[in-house]
Amino acid sequence: MTEQEALSISSTRTLDVASVSFHADLSGALVWEEERLLVVSDLHLEKGSSFAMRGVLLPPFDTVATLSRLAAVIARHDPRVVIALGDSFHDRTAHERLSDDDRDAVSALQSGRDWIWISGNHDPALPRDLGGTIADEVMVGPITFRHEPTGAAGEIAGHLHPKARVSARGRSMERRCFASDGERAIMPAFGAYAGGLSIRDAAFAKIFGARHFTAHLLGDRRVHAIAASRCS
Amino acid sequence: MPPPILTVSAEPAALLPDRFLRWFAGRGWSPREHQMALLEKAREDRSALLIAPTGAGKTLAGFLPTLVELSSPRSEKSNVVSTGRAVQRSGGLHTLYISPLKALAVDIARNLERPIAEMGLPIKVETRTGDTPVSRRQRQRRYPPDILLTTPEQLALLLSSDDGPFLFSSLKRIVLDELHALVTSKRGDLLSLGLARLWRLAPQMRAIGLSATVAEPEQLARFLMPQPDGQARSADIVTAGGAAPPVVEMLDTRERLPWSGHSARHALSEVYELIKENKTTLVFVNTRSQAEMLFQDLWRMNDDGLAIALHHGSLDVAQRRKVEDAMAAGRLRGVVCTSSLDLGVDWGDVDLVINIGAPKGASRLMQRIGRANHRFDEASRAVLVPANRFEVLECRVAIDAIAENAQDTPPLRLGALDVLAQHVLGCACGEPFLSDELYREVRTAAPYADLARNDFDDVVDFVATGGYALKTYERFARIKQDKQGRFRVANPRVRQSYRLNVGTIVEETMLKVRLVRSRSTGTGSTGAIARGGRVLGEIEEVFIEGLSPGDTFVFGGEVVRYEALAEDQVYVSRAHDKDPKVPSYMGGKFPLSTYLAERVRKLLDDGRAWRGLPEQVRDWLSLQRDVSHVPGVRELLVETFPRGNKHYLICYPFEGRLAHQTLGMLLTRRLERARARPLGFVANEYSVAIWGLGDASFMIRNGQLNLDALFSPDMLGDDLEAWLAESALMKRTFRNCAIISGLIERRFTGEEKSRRQVLFSTDLVYDVLRKHQADHVLLRAARADAATGLLDLRRLGDMLARIRGRITHKELDHVSPLAVPALLEIGRESVYGEASDELLVEAAEELVRQAMG
Repeated sequence: MTEQEALSISSTRTLDVASVSFHADLSGALVWEEERLLVVSDLHLEKGSSFAMRGVLLPPFDTVATLSRLAAVIARHDPRVVIALGDSFHDRTAHERLSDDDRDAVSALQSGRDWIWISGNHDPALPRDLGGTIADEVMVGPITFRHEPTGAAGEIAGHLHPKARVSARGRSMERRCFASDGERAIMPAFGAYAGGLSIRDAAFAKIFGARHFTAHLLGDRRVHAIAASRCS
Repeated sequence: MPPPILTVSAEPAALLPDRFLRWFAGRGWSPREHQMALLEKAREDRSALLIAPTGAGKTLAGFLPTLVELSSPRSEKSNVVSTGRAVQRSGGLHTLYISPLKALAVDIARNLERPIAEMGLPIKVETRTGDTPVSRRQRQRRYPPDILLTTPEQLALLLSSDDGPFLFSSLKRIVLDELHALVTSKRGDLLSLGLARLWRLAPQMRAIGLSATVAEPEQLARFLMPQPDGQARSADIVTAGGAAPPVVEMLDTRERLPWSGHSARHALSEVYELIKENKTTLVFVNTRSQAEMLFQDLWRMNDDGLAIALHHGSLDVAQRRKVEDAMAAGRLRGVVCTSSLDLGVDWGDVDLVINIGAPKGASRLMQRIGRANHRFDEASRAVLVPANRFEVLECRVAIDAIAENAQDTPPLRLGALDVLAQHVLGCACGEPFLSDELYREVRTAAPYADLARNDFDDVVDFVATGGYALKTYERFARIKQDKQGRFRVANPRVRQSYRLNVGTIVEETMLKVRLVRSRSTGTGSTGAIARGGRVLGEIEEVFIEGLSPGDTFVFGGEVVRYEALAEDQVYVSRAHDKDPKVPSYMGGKFPLSTYLAERVRKLLDDGRAWRGLPEQVRDWLSLQRDVSHVPGVRELLVETFPRGNKHYLICYPFEGRLAHQTLGMLLTRRLERARARPLGFVANEYSVAIWGLGDASFMIRNGQLNLDALFSPDMLGDDLEAWLAESALMKRTFRNCAIISGLIERRFTGEEKSRRQVLFSTDLVYDVLRKHQADHVLLRAARADAATGLLDLRRLGDMLARIRGRITHKELDHVSPLAVPALLEIGRESVYGEASDELLVEAAEELVRQAMG
């Protein structure tokens, strides 16, 4: 199945944060339909070339791959607002390495809607010449969008790249996931080269404390909600 | 057909100097014919391949020409200029010895010292392995010994150093030990490229290969000679004759033969008796977990307190050394071991080899049996213990093959492109190279003799800038051309990274297993466990990923409970269960050889030959003939039948587990498309069984499912493509290529971080590269590996071609005798198949059930 086909299958699931119902999209984006708002986190554009600068010549197609997946999910939901939740660029000079085509692709995505770049630890000083608004955090109703999670109620954050593994009878599979307990959520990384951190890592316990939380795993055809305690 | 034994025209006295003759006589020996033959080859300035069984004095034969040459003062003194600095030496490095194991190199050095000392020869022997201190390595490069014993990886490192040309220009001989084992892997490719370089640096160098008996000695002999453009050239072949044929029997068990499984538990007491009756017994099994299980079982019944030990590659090194030392000292009665003991080191007086389970291949079995006796003229003794009925067939044909001295070693490899990439980078670390020259040089290596120019250029391009269609990495190039067009490394960091990452052995990610006290409070608790604990050994990460906390498995000779995973440490506690919950049989590394598979099919086809089988097995086959069908040599039997509320389709290609696993994966996809609603499958060495909700019998009867179409070779087209996109096996194959080629570094300069933290996921690279540059050289390398490696595509393709138009379908009311083993494996063996959404759905539903109470 191609990626496009996978995306076109009924692929969204509800994920509640502070009484707001979001749709957890199979692509790893979060959609607030009433507000026509779409959030993606941790694009890590130009991670490939960032490694290349240090002599590890990863295929230089990650930016193209990430942007085309982003274009697909934007096309399906036609949001009024797009929030890029930080670490959109892998390093401080990553935006300078964007190809002209990639820049054009970004502008095309921005046209006709509001675009907010939230800064992250990888991209604390965002470029002014890429369109959109730059912010440290954004509040909409009861929801706060920021890059690094603090554990506050009503918070939607990224930064940790959650992934979860489910095992049964000697087989197992690992996927990126949303992590949420109904009051706060951490988004999966959207970037093609963004790795993951297991939700059983202590970093998640810091955010969710002793509370039970759920991993919304990005499967092949749909998003699966599975208790974090069931994952490894 | 083994090549004829070469007769030696000259008398020993003509070839051997006096002090050698006296030395032989003093020990009551006379030089063996093949030892003299190699001396004669040396005198004629020819390269030679010696084919000899274990115990034939192979190593001495290989070194004899060197010892003789070095025993007289060298005729011409050579002055060689090192990089910038003239160094006077008497002779320089004369002989290089390459072994697949560093332990073997060290062992051989010890064995060489004796004749050298006893004859008072003026010869200096040194080893060079990963363990050799830096100061000695530096000294060796400047002031080389006469004979240097080392490994393929160390040779690559030496060749990539500035001193390479200086060091090797004087080289007269190279001795390649256990060549049959080296050439079957990418290490052989690396070695062949090293040889190609040596032939250029030292055109006078002659090679001696030492090998066990192989199927195609001519092919192996090519490895030892530079291949001139377009023609095949082989070294002379010398075959040692006169070895006593081994005595191999199949255990005639008093017990009932199991239908399935690999533990051979039924024969445990008989195995124990054999150990008791003999002085020292090696008990070979195919996998680590089998070794664990058997060792544990033997100890449970060891009322006589026999000294029985366990040896496998995942055990802690210190523990392995202890076993090896006890073995060498003759203190052990039995060692349960895996292929970690297949090669190399001399084990002294082993008088019996027991092989538990499937022999897999005739040559492989023969080499194992060879461990039993290092006295050439006495017969080795071996007992084969089949663990189930199919394995009885396999043991039977293996014994017949050994009696005929038939060999089934694999054909010579085609050189891999990822290994070539590593070599090209290594070359650029030494003196700069021109593409045209290096291309010519590389093609003198037998595995690369047919390398196409565009493949070579793509590899060079990959090493330089990644070889991507998107040319954005020019400024990050790792190797750059100077004005004359010669490539050299762009900066010292690249050289350092090459040196840290040289080699082609990509180990599975292993985790340390530590024994701690259990968290006593039930399951599901997240209470902290005590850190620390005794290290039991290492285990594959892949295996641990399939476990949930609380699952039990066998490790280090006992049943343990999986507690937790933290960083690269697995914490387990002692479990008191007798049987582990999770089977860890992973099928062993090698599938049933094509040759033995064909013999098994012939045996089945020939009812008269069944007389050579135990009665239980004869009855089983006869019943199969009565209720269903016994397939012919080229025929494929497909059976369909209902069982419980599911429908089964089982086929018997006899092509080995790896090809069957791939077949199962592809058939399941096709059956899904045909709406037969398959649920899962198991694959073993002999058959593939698929079960599902759709009634396959009915569908075949009504023409909704056409078996010829189902098994059509076109499944290796689009279906394969679609599967490869997400196959975990393919991703693992790609990861190996990415690491060997140097795209991803295994070891990093500078800070020491655990690999779990820093390793970039090659799965992400695979996904992106596949979509954006499907013909990239690394994907080509991975596909070439998939043809013969974990996916065994070539064998699957050959099978599909063989059975075309020869499918026999039997619609049955219930399970057939031949199908019982596979069906018993369902639930006991891990179910093959890529885990998919279904696994997640299951996990989610399980939660719902729990919630609903």
